[in-house]
Amino acid sequence: MTYIAKPKMHHPTLQTNKVGYTRRDYEGRISTLCAGCGHDSISAAVIQACWELDIEPHRVAKLSGIGCSSKTTDYFLGASHGFNTVHGRMPSVLTGANLANRDLLYLGVSGDGDSASIGLGQFANAMRRCVRMAYIVENNGVYGLTKGQFSATADRGAKNKKGFVNNDNPIDLVGIALQLGATYVARSFSGDKAQLIPLIKGAMAHGGAAFIDVISPCVTFNNHGGSTKSYDYVRAHNEAVSRIDFITPGSEITAEYAPGEVVDVQQHDGSVLRLRKLHEDYDPTDRDAAMSYMHAHAARGEVVTGLLYLDALATDLHTSLNTCEQPLNTMGAQLLCPGSQALDKINDALR
Amino acid sequence: MKRIAAINDFVIKFANVNGSGSASANELFAKAVMRMGVPVSPRNIFPSNIQGMPTWYEARVCEKGYHGRRGGVDMMVAMNPQTWDTDIAEISPGGYLLYDSTRPLPASRFRDDVLTIGVPLTDIANNAYTDPRQRQLFKNIIYVGALSVLLDVDAEVFDRLFAEQYKGKGKERLLESNVQALHLGRDYVKQHLQAPLGIRVQRADNVGDQIFTDGNSAAALGLVYGGATVAAWYPITPSTSIPEMFAKYCEKFRVDPDSGQHRFAIVQAEDELASIGMVVGAGWNGARAFTATSGPGISLMTEFIGLAYFAEIPVTIVNVQRGGPSTGMPTKTQQSDLLACAYASHGDTKHVLLFPQDPHECFTHSAAALDLAERLQTPIFVMTDLDIGMNQRLCKPFVWDDSKEYDRGKVMNAEELEAGKSFGRYKDVDGDGIPWRTLPGTHPTKGAFFSRGTSRNPQAMYSEAGPDYIYNMERLLRKFKTAEDLVPQPIFRKASAPTKLGVIYYGSTTPAMREALDVLERNGDHLDAMRLCAFPFPDSVRKFIAEHDKLFVVEQNRDAQMRTMLINELEIDPAKLVRVLHYDGTPITARFIISTIHDCVHKEVA
Repeated sequence: MTYIAKPKMHHPTLQTNKVGYTRRDYEGRISTLCAGCGHDSISAAVIQACWELDIEPHRVAKLSGIGCSSKTTDYFLGASHGFNTVHGRMPSVLTGANLANRDLLYLGVSGDGDSASIGLGQFANAMRRCVRMAYIVENNGVYGLTKGQFSATADRGAKNKKGFVNNDNPIDLVGIALQLGATYVARSFSGDKAQLIPLIKGAMAHGGAAFIDVISPCVTFNNHGGSTKSYDYVRAHNEAVSRIDFITPGSEITAEYAPGEVVDVQQHDGSVLRLRKLHEDYDPTDRDAAMSYMHAHAARGEVVTGLLYLDALATDLHTSLNTCEQPLNTMGAQLLCPGSQALDKINDALR
Repeated sequence: MKRIAAINDFVIKFANVNGSGSASANELFAKAVMRMGVPVSPRNIFPSNIQGMPTWYEARVCEKGYHGRRGGVDMMVAMNPQTWDTDIAEISPGGYLLYDSTRPLPASRFRDDVLTIGVPLTDIANNAYTDPRQRQLFKNIIYVGALSVLLDVDAEVFDRLFAEQYKGKGKERLLESNVQALHLGRDYVKQHLQAPLGIRVQRADNVGDQIFTDGNSAAALGLVYGGATVAAWYPITPSTSIPEMFAKYCEKFRVDPDSGQHRFAIVQAEDELASIGMVVGAGWNGARAFTATSGPGISLMTEFIGLAYFAEIPVTIVNVQRGGPSTGMPTKTQQSDLLACAYASHGDTKHVLLFPQDPHECFTHSAAALDLAERLQTPIFVMTDLDIGMNQRLCKPFVWDDSKEYDRGKVMNAEELEAGKSFGRYKDVDGDGIPWRTLPGTHPTKGAFFSRGTSRNPQAMYSEAGPDYIYNMERLLRKFKTAEDLVPQPIFRKASAPTKLGVIYYGSTTPAMREALDVLERNGDHLDAMRLCAFPFPDSVRKFIAEHDKLFVVEQNRDAQMRTMLINELEIDPAKLVRVLHYDGTPITARFIISTIHDCVHKEVA
């Protein structure tokens, strides 16, 4: 259906958010991905999350690498600037963009090939620098655009469509993000919108490096029996540790929970993440515990989902670099150029 | 044997062991000569190593102010036993040797045609100092003291230099011990040897208001003045001191006095791919950004350079060239990345290159590169090299016009969008090939676009349609044509007599070329000269070539890369352009240029 231009008209009674936009204002072009692709569900979740967060679309910069997942930044937030960079290198471009203007929200979208294979180094280094961003990996374990080769997140023993078995160990991006200091780490499933939308909202409101690994089945090349990234497999092995509700700053909290069932965590901007714990022993503020929990469950073939780790008071790269509040891209010569008198002094010192 | 005799015109070379503290002593010597009003151009010849390997410091003293390497060594200060034999062999007949005579050496290790001057440096240092590190460090100052008497450099200039370095900075003890060491050397020579030598320094007034600095520091300063706020880099010889000096200058000039916060962001990236990626991201988002690197870094950055070219992102890259290919000669100089930079990345690309000749131009060109990058929305390369970048050189003082505004190029703002100005990201509305852009976050509903490395139509929509692709590629060529007039223009020098011979050169070859041209001219070999300051080549380059029958293209690489570019871009008959190539990793010398061109001219006549 991709040859049909998306109509711009929308119903006049469509509900607007606090900043006056309808949900449709957060849409982008029509997707060119295969029908049923998990990535389209993630795009829909991004749209819903941004609308609910009352973010003005143009205050988001969306960056991606190369691959099916990276194409999706064209399919949401059409009024935002987007940058489809080169394969595996979105994190560095996002880092530079963020340094230039700290006032925008940075949404990085990538895939498993893009972030775990060719781009593992950039992924890791952006996490350890604590770049403020919402980094979403749409993880399907295969290269879709080149027709179904395994990527580095494919599980050992997983079978591809042609029947080849993957003998290499998988790279777990969640584990790496946890180990390298990401301050908001989650895993979700493109088929679980109720879980995914609040996770994206939490990530967008987070003050540091937020990472969400979203298992997103490739309906064309990796949705068969023997695949560990298929809809059926993930549904059967999904082990959610929590459900979260995202509560915008200042809203009235009404729902009642029995003590011990929920944990409220307030982030920098005042937003509250209300975690409904599904596993009593899971503590999402303990990095080490999160890592061992992940290892133990992965060994059992389970896909642990939910908000896995959160440092609600995280800081970011600008904090480390002590950069000015005023965005660097707005500064002119009067703030940046030391002037001719200072230069004369420099000249004198060089004689 | 006739001794070399020359006042204010000689080459002295120091053979040292790296990590021994010799560098600052040698620099002290050079500065002292300059304080006598006599220009000096020193060059470090050093290994890719931190401690224990041979290193040399070659200082050319030249009242006429030729800063190129001359070739030949009139005096050797041989402080490194490892390289003794080759060092001794390098001295010109009739030249001079200063060595540490503490331990006797057999006569066979010396040369009859060289005047040997022994000073027991180790003995003097050991008698004066007890601390082993001090003995080592001050031995260097002692030989500078000895040299100062041998070459007739006034003690008073050293006193001033020491005072400037140590006085009032809580380093008074260092001041005293340095003065003491200097005089230990001076006194020994006065008491035991004949001085001055046939080569010597005499007060002159040829330094003027020139400054003495290295190209990397100058480039860093230019980037500060030019308004770079984001720097991303990865350590690589010989470019590392650019980001380091940039950081130093930023700490001095770019800290908000009230908040203490920084008006800059510097990231040492994990590799060159990430450093250029960050620069691309910052440039896309409207900050002036740069990276500094050398050949291997350029190779790694190539994919991103293609993206920046095609998506039209301002990027500034300072390439301090070294010997290639591969790891090549990391601490040696070459001009061998021209083709790699001019046509970097797959597909059809062309990039703007600037060729500074000295630290002064490293400053101006680096600042200009930031303007050009935003004006042209494309990568700009500042093509310096190790010879300019890592050696201190006398040059014109830095100048800045305070009325100058940065040229931010064609950036459409919210008011213009609101007023209904039509916006097509890749549309040539002004006929110069340069499209308008908007910065992320500018307007709630207008002017957003999607940047990508794939082909697109003028409205930035994905398109593989042939006409869209051709429109875009032709517009990029038009933009490159526009660049011809914006880049630094070539500099011409006419011979004193009409000639059909010409010479073309650029960058660090310039000082040696200037000297070579003077000598050739004196010898009756008349050549019109053109110094290329940038690529693309403006029409004046084509015209100059057309006006001459034969032109020498002098450069420091094996494959005559500039010659190839001239042939390729201007469709010049290759037979017209004669290669003059020097690429052993040492800076080109005037003597090499003179003899090569002279032989060629006279062979032709014969």
